[in-house]
Amino acid sequence: MLDKKQKRIMIGRRIAEELNDGDFVNLGIGMPTEVANHIPLGVKVYFHTENGMLGVGPAPKPGEEDKDLINAGAGYITETAGASYFDSCLSFAIIRGGHLDMTVLGALQVDQEGNLANWMIPGKLVPGMGGAMDLVTGTKNVIISMEHCDKHGNSKILKKCTLPLTAAHCVNMIVTDMAVMRVTEKGLLLEEIAFWTNVDDVIKATDADLIIPEKVGIFGNQ
Amino acid sequence: MPKTITAKEAAQMIKPHSRVMFSTFLVVGAAEQLIDALVEENVKDIHMITIATDYDDKGVGKLITNKQIKSVQCSHIGTNRSTQAQMNAGELDVELIPQGTLMERIRAAGAGLGGILTPTGVGTIVEEGKQKFTFDGKDYILEMPIKADFAFIKAQKADKHGNLVYYKTARNSNPAMAMAAKITIVEVDEIVEVGQLDPENVVTPGIFVNYLVKSEVKEC
Repeated sequence: MLDKKQKRIMIGRRIAEELNDGDFVNLGIGMPTEVANHIPLGVKVYFHTENGMLGVGPAPKPGEEDKDLINAGAGYITETAGASYFDSCLSFAIIRGGHLDMTVLGALQVDQEGNLANWMIPGKLVPGMGGAMDLVTGTKNVIISMEHCDKHGNSKILKKCTLPLTAAHCVNMIVTDMAVMRVTEKGLLLEEIAFWTNVDDVIKATDADLIIPEKVGIFGNQ
Repeated sequence: MPKTITAKEAAQMIKPHSRVMFSTFLVVGAAEQLIDALVEENVKDIHMITIATDYDDKGVGKLITNKQIKSVQCSHIGTNRSTQAQMNAGELDVELIPQGTLMERIRAAGAGLGGILTPTGVGTIVEEGKQKFTFDGKDYILEMPIKADFAFIKAQKADKHGNLVYYKTARNSNPAMAMAAKITIVEVDEIVEVGQLDPENVVTPGIFVNYLVKSEVKEC
């Protein structure tokens, strides 16, 4: 079994393979940020942060933080050559207007129709949607980065989401510690399984109906 | 021409039931000295419009912790426990709005629009009770403008005409909020003479600005 950090790295590295040279990308808070550590050689991408910047660079060295230069998770960042700043309206025009190529977000639940729930648990946790609803509505390629099951071992990939939705029919791809799945018109297609598991265990850990192709790829065995 | 006043004078303009926009994104771009002065004045029953309620002890969160806020329209409260506690206790009315929709509703108010149509929120609880329209097969929700009596804005630099320049990610909701309030009060680090800002670099034209407050330099 993989520990939390190993899972995070495996998922981040796999999603990074989806990046194309020149892409504009927004990474959500938490696990999605791992993607930035695995950008393939020869691929140049530009990171967007919804508080108003394109061309986000890595975290600064200790002591070199600028208190007015943060990402949407309040982490200190740096600017890359060619970066730009803009206000929140323009930032969400970029998002809603379909100008971003990819966003990577976490989820509480995803279902086989590509519906996503990641912003509240009624009566328990109501942090608010922030920019998530706009991001998944506007971005061309929406990828979910998460563990396959919750801490109680329940599948987070369902036939139908039970929590309030962030958006309907918005998810294109799901990458977990067990599998890579793509939302298609016919249903949820199992494209790859992690090197450490097998198709039967993935099916068992998934509440949603999976379409199993003749050939299922393997990922994470680097 | 905007008048230069003190933070205390600015805070004293706010009355119970005033609708106030506070620009901030997790404290970055917040008019912190105006917020501190408002905490000092202890005016209650304010209606707050902001992106997120910051932290319990920082930014606009101080006003919530001090129980000065009656209702808030924002997109995120996850970093502020007081907001959630007061909401659950029925003391604070919270309307959660997708961030892009919140910003565009504020911009609509400043731009004289009667509302906006957005696809964000379609198929979610956000669309409940709202009119929907379909164009070219895509659904949109009608969202109404958000206006305010006052906006508390933070800029890096202003000239004496009130033209504003911002700094890095501290720009965020400042330009939109500066347009959408009847009275816009701007806390600035530096006030320069007219002619000293390159007109090409001005982000918020002075036409939107009513008052300037010079930040006091804090001792580190």
